[in-house]
Amino acid sequence: MITLQCPLPLRDYPNIVMGHGGGGKLSHDLVQHLFAPAFDNALLAPLNDQAVFAVEGARLAFTTDSFVVKPIFFPGSDIGALAVNGTVNDLAMSGARPIYLSAGFILEEGFALDDLTRVVYSMAEAAKRAGVQIITGDTKVVEEGHGDGIYINTAGIGIAPNGVNIAAANARAGDAIILSGAIGLHGIAILSQREGLRFDSEIVSDCAPLHDLVAAMLAVTQDIHTLRDPTRGGIASALNEIAEAAKIGIEIDERAIAVPRDVASACEMLGLDPFYVANEGKLIAFAPSEIAPRVVAALRAHPLGRDAAIIGRAVTAHPGMVVARTSIGATRVVDMMIGEQLPRIC
Amino acid sequence: MKSLDAYRDEVQVRAVFDQLARVITREWTLMEVCGGQTHSIMRFGIDQLLPKQIDLVHGPGCPVCVTPLELIDKALVIAARPNVIFTSFGDMLRVPGSTTDLFQVKARGGDVRILYSPLDALRIARDNPSKQVVFFGVGFETTAPANGMAVFQAKREALKNFSMLVSHVRVPPAITALMSDPANRVQAFLAAGHVCAVMGYWEYEPLAAQFRVPMIVTGFEPLDIANGILAAVRQLEQGRVEVENAYPRAVTREGNQPAQALIAQVFEVCDRKWRGIGEIPQSGWRLRDEFREYDAEQRFDVGSLHVNESPLCISGLVLQGRKKPNECVAFGKQCTPAKPLGATMVSSEGACAAYYRYARHTFAVVG
Repeated sequence: MITLQCPLPLRDYPNIVMGHGGGGKLSHDLVQHLFAPAFDNALLAPLNDQAVFAVEGARLAFTTDSFVVKPIFFPGSDIGALAVNGTVNDLAMSGARPIYLSAGFILEEGFALDDLTRVVYSMAEAAKRAGVQIITGDTKVVEEGHGDGIYINTAGIGIAPNGVNIAAANARAGDAIILSGAIGLHGIAILSQREGLRFDSEIVSDCAPLHDLVAAMLAVTQDIHTLRDPTRGGIASALNEIAEAAKIGIEIDERAIAVPRDVASACEMLGLDPFYVANEGKLIAFAPSEIAPRVVAALRAHPLGRDAAIIGRAVTAHPGMVVARTSIGATRVVDMMIGEQLPRIC
Repeated sequence: MKSLDAYRDEVQVRAVFDQLARVITREWTLMEVCGGQTHSIMRFGIDQLLPKQIDLVHGPGCPVCVTPLELIDKALVIAARPNVIFTSFGDMLRVPGSTTDLFQVKARGGDVRILYSPLDALRIARDNPSKQVVFFGVGFETTAPANGMAVFQAKREALKNFSMLVSHVRVPPAITALMSDPANRVQAFLAAGHVCAVMGYWEYEPLAAQFRVPMIVTGFEPLDIANGILAAVRQLEQGRVEVENAYPRAVTREGNQPAQALIAQVFEVCDRKWRGIGEIPQSGWRLRDEFREYDAEQRFDVGSLHVNESPLCISGLVLQGRKKPNECVAFGKQCTPAKPLGATMVSSEGACAAYYRYARHTFAVVG
């Protein structure tokens, strides 16, 4: 019997707050303590970014994502390309080759048709680049004041190769942790546009489809244990989710993690930690340490993985916790973000 | 000026601590006044590299933490009103009041907005003439000039729908209160570099002399903090008592005089209550009479509020350097950043948050 009582860890928040969608601990709690037990099934239970299942001999990957970004046009990309690449990447993080997407539009009365046209053509362009087709969709309009111009939902289907078993829970102590490039670009590009901040050079979102990068890794080895694209909540939240799912400890070296100078400056100015800032074109991979250098070499041979590096390793100590070696050679915990990152006072 | 990386370099920081190890002969207790420095210390693990003889204790310099509960409760009542746009720096949104926080007021329909500058609140007021726009003016002398400018500008434009909920505090009276306390064990202060960038350090000279306590103006990067600690220990070991500037790239003795003039034009010194500590004479700024019409406490009658502080929370003792966060029975158990009992666990400059976020792997207590 289903009881309608609010699950315990959620009682601290009788209402939804913005942090429930921020990709940190509050989002995690909502999924883990409300959605997962209510929908309870074996495919959902691992809480990966996609479900992988067999249908008449084929292994399919299936995912969905909604995009509510503001502003809808930002340096380097827009909500349309983001909606395509975000879903392509959720599929790719299972090792799957994305093939078909759906697109659902929730439009607010008064939204400019010119803007919608730009968004739609950007989606079409992104789909072409990613080699996927948008084969079904839906449109709804809400009254003025009941939306933010445009929201897009995309769902996607891909084909997962046989012999590949990639999941957060598969990370093992001893694995090397690989990051495909510099962090923080997407989140700061959005923030700089939203807040009218200007930097020496324009910070451009890294929004990109990552399935080719994944294919390049799988061409080296099928023994990739875990993949995750560190979007909302940044690399800190992604690593914490993996540490918790796999019951491993994680050690990373801050100095191995590339933070572009302008991103670092923006974070300093705003009181943000780049480890928690969103990315849309980066991935984290856990692979056996003996083959990790070859995986890194394969990533570096791809334009989207030029700055790939080993940033740490999985360990048996402190299971569920991410610990970083700091720039001065000490250690610190890298916590899961609680809600949203908040700019500090001074 | 060097890039930030130069101030975060392991070789240079270790070189300073090597010097420190050669200088130090006995145990010393140092306080960093500013919560931003507390976070740097824990974030970079500076405490792990210090000689064992140094006990770093954390001071009251987190403006979010010391904002009195009564004022947060007032903010929550005002923000929940239908005709109000309540604006604040992000830090304040998760701070627990007696029963709720600004995030939850927002979730229940309150128009609560995060700003990066108080001047943005004026723009919102101009754009929304039928609404009352309130800015939560919190902070030490670092934020007072910009907040003062917002009020000054509002008066110049004769804006009738802007006001500020003022909770500004001053560092020197807090140091006086700490040093006058018989329980005090602080032997030297690392003074907050950004406060001194505005106010200079001339105000600290009589304090250092009166209480025979070295005070080192200190920056926020690991190398800055290491140099501040080294300077403090050198003075203590040599029996000197001086105000010393270890942050000359940002601070002069006189400070930013136009900013000081603006503060003096808009604000006047008043007694103010500090959360967890109590009333400290002459420790706050309030709006001068000619700007009082912009005081949100005057504009909004919120009636009498019954505040409800957690009986478990020892944030007051933490803010006075008398307890470390991990010495609290609730630390990491009943009190975590997701469910804080006090502001020190939730503020981005709070000492408890710093211990929990960065250093709980070094304690026996794990939440």
